[in-house]
Order: sequence, then structure tokens, then C-alpha cells
Amino acid sequence: MTDTLLRVRHLRTYFWTLDGIVKAVDGVNMDIGTGRTLGVVGESGCGKSITALSIMRLIERPGKIVEGSVDLDRTDLLKLSESEMREIRGNAISMIFQEPMTSLNPVFTTGNQIAEAIRLHADIGAREAEDRAVEMLRKVGIPDPERRARQYPHEMSGGMRQRVMIAMALSTYPQLLIADEPTTALDVTIQAQILELMKELREERRMSIMLITHDLGVIAEMADDVVVMYSGKVVETGDVFTIFERPHHPYTQGLLGSLPRIGQRRGRLRVIEGVVPNPLNLPKGCLFARRCPCVMPICEQTPPPFQEVHPGQVSRCWLTPAGTTPAVGMTAPADVAEAEAARMTITADSGRQSATAAQMGEVGR
Amino acid sequence: MLRYIVRRVLGAIPVLFGLSVILFLFLRLLPGNPAVAILGQHATPQLVAQISSSLGLDKPLYVQYLQYIWQLLHGNFGASFVDGRTVASTFLVRFPATLELTTGAMIFAVGLGIPLGRLAARHPNGWIDGAVTALSLFGISIPIFVLGYTLVFIFGVELHWLPAVGQIDPRLNVNPVTNFSIIDAILSGNVNAVEDAVAHLILPSIALGSIPLAIVTRITRASVIDVSNEDYVRTARAKGLTEKRVDDRHIMRNAWLPVTTVIGLQVGSLLAGAVITETVFVWNGVGSWVVQAIENHDLIVVQSLIMIFAIIFLAVNLLVDIGYAFLNPRIRYS
Repeated sequence: MTDTLLRVRHLRTYFWTLDGIVKAVDGVNMDIGTGRTLGVVGESGCGKSITALSIMRLIERPGKIVEGSVDLDRTDLLKLSESEMREIRGNAISMIFQEPMTSLNPVFTTGNQIAEAIRLHADIGAREAEDRAVEMLRKVGIPDPERRARQYPHEMSGGMRQRVMIAMALSTYPQLLIADEPTTALDVTIQAQILELMKELREERRMSIMLITHDLGVIAEMADDVVVMYSGKVVETGDVFTIFERPHHPYTQGLLGSLPRIGQRRGRLRVIEGVVPNPLNLPKGCLFARRCPCVMPICEQTPPPFQEVHPGQVSRCWLTPAGTTPAVGMTAPADVAEAEAARMTITADSGRQSATAAQMGEVGR
Repeated sequence: MLRYIVRRVLGAIPVLFGLSVILFLFLRLLPGNPAVAILGQHATPQLVAQISSSLGLDKPLYVQYLQYIWQLLHGNFGASFVDGRTVASTFLVRFPATLELTTGAMIFAVGLGIPLGRLAARHPNGWIDGAVTALSLFGISIPIFVLGYTLVFIFGVELHWLPAVGQIDPRLNVNPVTNFSIIDAILSGNVNAVEDAVAHLILPSIALGSIPLAIVTRITRASVIDVSNEDYVRTARAKGLTEKRVDDRHIMRNAWLPVTTVIGLQVGSLLAGAVITETVFVWNGVGSWVVQAIENHDLIVVQSLIMIFAIIFLAVNLLVDIGYAFLNPRIRYS
């Protein structure tokens, strides 16, 4: 077992909008082990990014962290003063964002922006910081870093800029790197390069990474552990193998089922029908009930418990652990299709509550 | 950078050329013969013809235009019909007063507008923002002459806090060397004279600066709010920078860009406003001279002054654009 670097408990972040309170993050727990990568998956608006910004305490009005704790090495970040928190930001925890095109300040050179982060957290001179910025650019694989350091962001491509962002984030040797959709805005080849770079740097420094993405391919490639979020809540956690081989929550199963697969005959692509519930008007039972192919009467009435379904795998669902995979503790990896078949059986057993088959729809060939 | 400047200077030439054509034609097409205006209603036709010919008014329009341009290119703006003095010599005497006034107004507008705009942007739609918005609306809606006379009445006549009119108390006998009243006062070595010159500048600067103040405030507010929502501001906060540094460095450096452009454009409204302000506050600047020249049908002076105003406007905006390029690296290289 590794030590836990970051422990998030009961985190709630609400936004006070004109239409009402949006519970963007509603009681989130997650742990990130030292040197491990936690993948956070979910649809847009599920609260992934807000969780990350809450950890950084960068929530702006009308948002507010309502309760919870974020322990970094047993220090609750939510209890720190603003100036103590500034010592953490960009130092112990760095963050990179989805949009490399807009995340760098257009009026300062890249070298200048990296050096600014370095000087903020290390007591060194301007010249030395600039040299270190150039070193960081070299480290993230930017050719001719001396020249690049004198350039402005608009003189670089998106991939280059994301490398600059990574260089900036890593220049202070953080213990935790929060990467919010770091490759989403990049094309596929650049995406692979950036992920490769993050992997290398992670190995080199034994750094922990919180990787936020909606791309399960990226999760499979990078993550050790996975948190699946839905409507501001964690619906399933487990290590990456468990989640991919034996997903318990129907939402996780749906996400995995919607992955296009090479070699799959008859190009059928599954989708999760419906949309996420309106955050201003959440259903009283399970938040996923209306889209769930396995929905039971209880799901509409009472929110499901967050319970361990297998050692190390926790799911927020009324389905029993035994129900999902018929042979409990089965060591052989259960294929998604198998899990699916099993679920269908359960649904049938539980009384055909809704038009199950219709909910798990199909798109054309 | 040099290429950028050269390109911009060359770009101003067609504008000035077009303006000269329009201005020339417009003034020639006005009813009334300038020669009659000079000589009066009862001049003999012979005398009118003689003066017309000496002014070149009997030649075809295109010849007149070419002569006019030829003179302009040699820096010769012509002479007044009224007092016979060249436009250039009177301009040099009067322009310092106008420059002093517009500078004062600009300092008032920018010096107050930017902090107010930033203040309003800090809590958008809060009560401070509301108050600043109300002030801006007031500043932009009230005509200069109304505000000017109101200020004169309250602070000059009733309260006696500030001098009502003029540039400097004539009893101080300050010797006009540069024609900038403050600089002349400093040169005279008389502290009271400096105070007096500055005091004279305050009310007209407020009157003239109220519209630019309103505009600079609004643009600063909008620009700061805009930039505050940029991703790179979040990046700056994520680095662990203090709110003040995020504000001063990451937000303001970008927020300045549109504000700079607007300040340049406001120079035009300052020059136009100076015409009224100088009349209200009895300043012997270029503005009040324009009014006199129009009253006297002093065609050459009006024509030349409009041309000079246009050149100043273009030159200031060129300077602003160059400053903009320094502030914005994206312009510098494209």
C-alpha cells in the first residue's frame, strides 16, 4: 500500500446562481497515493474541474466551498489562510489546464512566465530563474529552448504551449500535478506525446497526478486509480484494472460501452441515452436513475449508498455486488459484454421497471 | 518595429490628402466671397476683383488647390485675412495654452478614469460599480458648456476656491517665454505664480475631461472584467501569485490595450471640446481662435486650423498605435 498524499473528504462546492443553488461538487471523497495517478472521469459538468479548482481553492464567486476537507500530507488546505494557501499553489500542487491556447498570458514571454513561477516559490535571482526556465523547457522536449523562452505564446503551436504549461507547472517540483483535460484540445499525435512526457516526468519525480478527463483512452493509458463522477458525486472508484474489467455502476458500464472499438464487427456504437439531470432540479433518488438501464423502483425513491462491492471497488448503486458479476470474486476478467449480459438478467429479474432496452440506445451503423 | 512605424506614417498620407481635398472644396463651396468678407459690403467691384486675384481666387479650382497643397508642403499655412499674421506664427503663440488644457484634461480623465474603472470592475454590479456607472453617465451626458459654467459659478464665483477664468493672474506679471503658463510661471521663479497657473488649469481640465473620463472609466471597467475571465488569469492564480500581482501584472497589462486605443481616439474629442472650453474659460488657445476665425470669415485660418487639428489627431493616434504595439507583442510581429 502506498501512502496517501491527498485525501479529499465530503467536499461540497456550491454555486449561488440567479436560478438557485447548483451543487457542483456534492460530497466528494477521493484519495491520491504518493507517486500514483488518479484518473477522474465523467461527462462535462459532472464536477471534475470544480473538484480540482476546489482543491486549489481557486473557486470564484458565485461559487463557494461549503464543507469538507482536503488533506495534503495531513494538512487541511481548506483551513489554511489565503497567504498560506498561496505557498501551496504552484508549489506543492501545480495545475495545468485544458486550453493551452488561452492559458498563457499573451503579453509576456514564455520564459518570463515560467521564471515568475520559479521565483515566487524559490529564493533565487532573476537570471538564475530564467536559466532554470530554459532548463525546464528543454526538459519538456522543446527544441531550441533558449530561443523559445524569448518567444511569446502566440508564436507557438498548441502542443508547444501545453509543453510550456507543463514546464511551468513542474518548475517548482510539485508533489501533486492536477491536469485538467491536458490533451483534450490537442490533436491525437500531440496528445500521445504530451501523455508520454507526463509519464516520464512522473516516473522521474515520483510525483502524484490527478488527471481529469472524459477520455477513457487517456485513463487506460495513464491512471492507476479511477474516480467516476456523475452530477457532482463520485459514483464509482477502484483501481484502473477493476474499473475497466469489472465496472459495477451502470454509468461506468455505459461509459465503457460507448467506447468505439477497432475490430468490432458491424459498427454499432452504444451511447448513454438522455442527458445529465438539471443541477437546479435534481431527482430525489439516484441521480442516474432516469438514464439507467437497470433502474429499479428503489432507485427513483432513495439515493443509493456508496458501498464497497469488491475489495477496493466502491460504487454508488443499489445493485448488489453479487448481481453485477454472477460469480463473486471471479478472477478471470469479466468482459464488458458479459457484464452487460449479466445486468440485463438482473433487470429482468427486478421486474422490468422501464423500457430498459430502449434506454440503452444505439446509433446507426 | 521600424517597418511598422514607417508603414503607419505612410498610411496617414492618403488620409491627409483626402481631408485636404474635402476641406478645400467645402470651404470654396460656401456661399460668399472671401474678398467681400475682407473688404466689407460696400467695396467697389474693382477692389473686390483685385483682392480676389491677389488671393488667387480667380484661378480655376484645381490650380487653387495645387497652389494650396504646394504651400502646405512647404509648411506654409497661409496668413489671416484679418490681421495679416501667418497662421503658423499665431499658432505657435496660442497652441501651448491648448496643449496645457488638453494635457490637464487627459491627466484628469486617465488619472481618475483608470482607478475608477478598476474599482468598478472589482465587484461588477455592486454598489460601487453602480455609483461609478452613474458618474460616467453624468459625465458623458452633460454638455461641456453647461458643466463649465456650473463649475465657474460654484467654485469660482460662489465659493472663490478656484479662479473662474483665464490662464494666470495678469497682476503676477509673468513673462511669456514658452506660452505654457505653468512653465512660464516656473521660469519666473515665483512659487505663487506656479500655484496660480495650476489653479487656473483645474476647472477647465475638469470641464474638458469629463467626457473622456466617462469613456475611459467605462472602457477600463469592461476591459478589466473581460480580462479577469481569461484562462491565463486563472493560470496566474494557480501559480500562487498574490491577488495584487495578478491584478497589476496579469490583468492590467492586457486590460490596458483597449484603453490605450480609446485614449488616442479621445484626443479628437478633446480638440473639439477645447473650442468650447477655451471660450467658456477665456483661454487664448487655438480653440478660442477657431471660434474667432469663424466669426470673422477668416477662411485661411479656419482651413489651416482644421488641417492642423487633423494632423495632430493622426499624429497622436500614430503614437498611441506605436505604444499599443509595445504593449501588445501580437501586433509587433504581424
